[in-house]
Amino acid sequence: MSVRHALLALLSEGPKYGLQLRQEFEARTGEVWPLNVGQVYTTLQRLERDGLVASDDPEGEGPQKGFRITAAGGRELDQWLRTPPETASPPREELVIKVLVALGMPGVDVHELIQVHRRYLVELMQQYTHLKAEAPEHEVGLALVVDAEVFRLEAVVRWLDAADARLARLPAGGRAARAAAAPRAGRRLGVRR
Amino acid sequence: MTAMLELRQVSKVYGSGPTEVQALREVDLAVDGGELVAVMGPSGSGKSTLLTIAGSLEAPSSGEVLVGGSPLSGMTPNQRASLRRRSIGYVFQDFNLLAGLTAAENVALPLELDGIGQRTARARGLAALEELGLADQAGRYPDELSGGERQRIAIARAVVGDRRLLLADEPTGALDSVNGEGVLRLLRAACKRGVAGVVVTHDAQLASWADRVVFLRDGRVVDQTTRPPGPESLLTPGPNR
Repeated sequence: MSVRHALLALLSEGPKYGLQLRQEFEARTGEVWPLNVGQVYTTLQRLERDGLVASDDPEGEGPQKGFRITAAGGRELDQWLRTPPETASPPREELVIKVLVALGMPGVDVHELIQVHRRYLVELMQQYTHLKAEAPEHEVGLALVVDAEVFRLEAVVRWLDAADARLARLPAGGRAARAAAAPRAGRRLGVRR
Repeated sequence: MTAMLELRQVSKVYGSGPTEVQALREVDLAVDGGELVAVMGPSGSGKSTLLTIAGSLEAPSSGEVLVGGSPLSGMTPNQRASLRRRSIGYVFQDFNLLAGLTAAENVALPLELDGIGQRTARARGLAALEELGLADQAGRYPDELSGGERQRIAIARAVVGDRRLLLADEPTGALDSVNGEGVLRLLRAACKRGVAGVVVTHDAQLASWADRVVFLRDGRVVDQTTRPPGPESLLTPGPNR
């Protein structure tokens, strides 16, 4: 998540103080992503240094110092909004590696291992969903943040389900062969290091 | 406290000899009033069999099912049919509303079938719709409602009158995620009023609305979630937040 661009977005609505920026950021993300005040001021200093925001008192400090977005900041924000996040090459997913490694290990029940991770992920999804369930339906910021987390976790659970089903169909002795084939697949996909 | 639904060492076998299929194996499950439990598992894991046995639509090969503390095996077929009509509500993926009846009439129908007079049944049907915030849809016919609205009416029908056990099979399967969420909010609301809910699904997102998730594999309960900690635990800044 880019705190830098989130602050620019808040300033695009009009000038604001640092403390106000922190409060509005947290309120709009349903307080799921807490932000400490030091992080806000450090980011604002860098944005000012880069000419993307300007303050009403360049020499001053503290909570009463106001900030506004510059024309360059507006262009930067617009470009960032339209740039797709880096998703083209798959990340080196720790859970995928754990399951691949377990495939070749004698005495490890991969289905049991998958279930351990599935339970953990579903418990995490329950926590997020219950946060949304207890909040009023009109809290759109919270719902959007929770949806993003729940869908991300759900994708991992679906991968575990598919892995579980694939492995259940393998004939005995097939696991080690599949595990050995995995690094070649990784190279073909250009996995990020 | 007596569980609203209890399965004790329930097994179910279909067929015999080489065609024998063991659908459930020694399943133990207890669901209290006010609790929503999701049973999660892949296709063929025994989820639907568990639901039909819990709802007394089918008898187990061995083991015991208790609804409201009463064992089903000790009941006559008529007593079981009466229990199904009066205490258990079912929600299916395809809603099963009657097209020629309004929402209120659909909700009142199980009560009328149970011999309650039409006027009383309709008043209770309307009360169920009101309690779930659906009163404005009472006069509408199913084909005037969206899929999400139809399923919410089906939930009202499942909890109308004195029903205290709600059994749902993939209730959001035909809906998009936002409409599905409306249905799940209602399911939770119904359970908070004291109904014991069991929903079977392969979908982790649906399961995450439950208070507890039970994992089924090859007919056996292999795991379950613990009651999740409060959401405030998510608010602690971590390395990725």
